[in-house]
Order: sequence, then structure tokens, then C-alpha cells
Amino acid sequence: MKFAVVVFPGSNSDYDAFYAASRVVGEQAELVWHKDTELKGADAVILPGGFAHGDYLRTGAIARFSPIMAAVKSFADRGGAVLGICNGFQVLLEAGLLPGAMVRNDRIKFVSKIVPVRVEQTDTPFTAACASKQVLNLPIAHGEGNYYAPPDQLDAIEKNRQVIFRYTDPAGEVGADWNPNGSLNSIAGICNRQRNVVGLMPHPERAAELALGSADGRVVLASVVKALAEGALRHA
Amino acid sequence: MKARVYVTLKPSVFDPQGHVVAEALVTLGYQDVKDVRQGKFFEVELADADPATAKARVTEMADKLLANPVIESYRVEVLQ
Repeated sequence: MKFAVVVFPGSNSDYDAFYAASRVVGEQAELVWHKDTELKGADAVILPGGFAHGDYLRTGAIARFSPIMAAVKSFADRGGAVLGICNGFQVLLEAGLLPGAMVRNDRIKFVSKIVPVRVEQTDTPFTAACASKQVLNLPIAHGEGNYYAPPDQLDAIEKNRQVIFRYTDPAGEVGADWNPNGSLNSIAGICNRQRNVVGLMPHPERAAELALGSADGRVVLASVVKALAEGALRHA
Repeated sequence: MKARVYVTLKPSVFDPQGHVVAEALVTLGYQDVKDVRQGKFFEVELADADPATAKARVTEMADKLLANPVIESYRVEVLQ
């Protein structure tokens, strides 16, 4: 299978994602410039972390107008697997491909550390190879990861099982002390209603092999391979 | 002609930056400060048009780009 990793001006985790997909998971991967208009036959698309367009105006607000985003949107509409990591998650929110928005971390600080993250649902292309309620140790590095959605939308997201990752303690228990940024309901990642678009603030690609301090993130990308093989995901 | 757009977080959204600014003001001795909400201000220069049309245009811009309607509200003023 083939991953496409979109490169925006200001992306900084693009090569990490490319490396994790190609060298760690061992699949084909291709970097796609944000001014490109097609996804080069990819089966899964990654919007990587960084500071696309300098985070001017709001995080992800300008990136959503990049030419490649029209292709990403139609790929997502056809059921293609799209993963937004950190800044990529913020782009998906601004683009309306995922519900809600990000505001500044509640303690203002830029938080950079490895945190426990619980897998809430395994019926997405990026969690298909996870165990239910599995706790992954993944790095976060963001100043605006404080997930917000209006009350009625938040209720809908919970009811539809769209919360895919939650910040927890190492044993998998949710608690205010383990919520690093003030996200509502300790939300670390969500999916869309169709479950093919997933966004998360933690960086699985930066924790894909033991030399990086944790290999827990590998399963997120390896899940796509499994989902494709099992027919849970089709070539879009 | 010019238009001004004021963008602020909706009252229901916690404003961590405004909160820190408020704390700093209290530390400075302004004990009467109860809260601060921080926002954004845009001055948009555009081709001359009648004020109603200009306001409609700029409102559309605010809706599509300048503000994120999920968390922010905005106010548009057109200057003669």
C-alpha cells in the first residue's frame, strides 16, 4: 500500500511521518507538496505536524486553502483514510473535515512530553490493529491542543463514538491531572461520522521505534495496512 | 474604503491568554480588573462600494476566514 504525506510550508513532522510509514512500517510513501493537486494514487493520506503557513491567523486556518486540500477532501469523501497529526489535526478541524476547534492550552504553556493515550475505538483505519482501551505512550508537542466543541456537538461526538483517543494516566484512567492541555473530556483524537478521517494531537510517527523512546505509535500507521488487508478500508 | 473586524472568543470558550493578561494586570496593582478577553482586530481596505454591500462582503470574509465560527464571534464596522 501507499501513504501520501502532505508537505505544507512550515510542516516539520513530514519527514518523520514519511520515515515511519516507509522505513518502520515498510510500506510505500510519497511526499506531496501542498501545491500539488493530486495524491499520487495513495491509499492513505497523512497531514503531518508542524506550523503550516506559520500558524498565521489560526492554526490550520490558511493551510485549508492549499490546493492539495481539495484533493484531500474528495479523497476523504470517497472513503479514503486520512490522518491528521497535531498541526494536521488542526488543519482538518479548520477544513471542516472533523468537528470542533482548538484553543490555546489551558495553562498557556507549550507542552512537549510523552503522555499516556488510551485508544477508545478500534473501528477506524488508524486504530484497527490496536487493542480496545490499549494505552499508548506518545509524545505531544503543542501550544494549541485544547480541544473544544459546543455542548451539543460534544454530546454528538461522544454518542457517535467519535472520540478515538483520550489522555489518561498510565493505567488508562481519565483524570484532570493527566489532561495536558485542558481538552474537553480529555479528548486527544477524534474521527468523522464516516470514521475514515482521524485527527490526533499526539505524534505516533515520533514514537514508532524504540530508539525514539517509545515504539507505541507504530500501530497507528500499521493499522491502515491491516484495515486494507481485511477489507475494512478500500482503495479510494 | 475601510472596514474593521473585531474577533473575540465566544463567552462560552475559556480564554487562557485573556486570563493571564488579567492576572498580570492585577499583579501590576489594578485590583479592580475582574476579567480580560483577548481578541483580534482586522482593518480591511477595499475598493469603494456602497456601505451595505461592503458590510455584506466583509461579513462573508469574517465568516469564511477571519473568524472560526465554532469558537469565535465577530463584529464588522464599515468606515466612510
